[in-house]
Amino acid sequence: MKQDIFQAISDPTRRAILTLIAIQALTPNAMAEKFDMTRQAVSKHIKVLHECELIKPVQSGREIYYHFNPKKMQEFDHWLAQFKQNWETQFNQLDDLLSTLKEQKK
Amino acid sequence: MNNDLLFDFNVDKAAKTVFITREFNAGQSLVWDAFTKAELLDQWGAPAPMRAKTKYMDFKVGGQRFYAMISPDGQERWAIQRYTSITPKINFKMYNSFADKDENPELPGSEWDYTFSEQNGITKVSITIFNESFERMEKLLEGFKIGFIMTLKNLEDLLTTLS
Repeated sequence: MKQDIFQAISDPTRRAILTLIAIQALTPNAMAEKFDMTRQAVSKHIKVLHECELIKPVQSGREIYYHFNPKKMQEFDHWLAQFKQNWETQFNQLDDLLSTLKEQKK
Repeated sequence: MNNDLLFDFNVDKAAKTVFITREFNAGQSLVWDAFTKAELLDQWGAPAPMRAKTKYMDFKVGGQRFYAMISPDGQERWAIQRYTSITPKINFKMYNSFADKDENPELPGSEWDYTFSEQNGITKVSITIFNESFERMEKLLEGFKIGFIMTLKNLEDLLTTLS
């Protein structure tokens, strides 16, 4: 199953990983060390974050560094902005309806 | 529109929850009706140029509303709202899921919680929307997007006519 961005960021460890690599790209080994986790546990989190494109791997010599991918987060924010705009439009419509209803009652 | 009226829109991504608060310049009973009566809901419940059409609505616990958002070119996006809790004029909760035109729901849906309170003739409505998945949330906009594209198309046509 394709990973869902909500599922990905609902996990506190994954949020911590994102916060950390937003500052500096890290190798899986460095992540395991910083979070005091097994390499296997880190791999699982990386897999989830990578599948929903929140992080991207960059090969550097023999190491793979994971970078934060802000574009995916921006997509989400863009979507939210549209969602918010729709609500504003609807609420303005409701303002008009309410004032009409109030007039009718008078 | 009264610009002093509060409009808050917050998202807790980690908790997969959207919080919306809006004030309306009307009494609590009237605002409650606007959110819970089909004939009123249909007059504002979809952002123009989309419109809402309720096929039926049974506003009671265990009852449901079956309605569609309709784009200007007639495309229909059906949804079911099943009421899970009602405290008249104060609060109601529902479970919203998209559906096909034969009322088959597309699960999972989302949980909606509406709370109403009045002070000095201004009614505040607080809405909480909990979604299990982001993809599901994205779908909330699918229908709207059609509307947006239509609006842009109308504008293009108008500009072409004018030039």
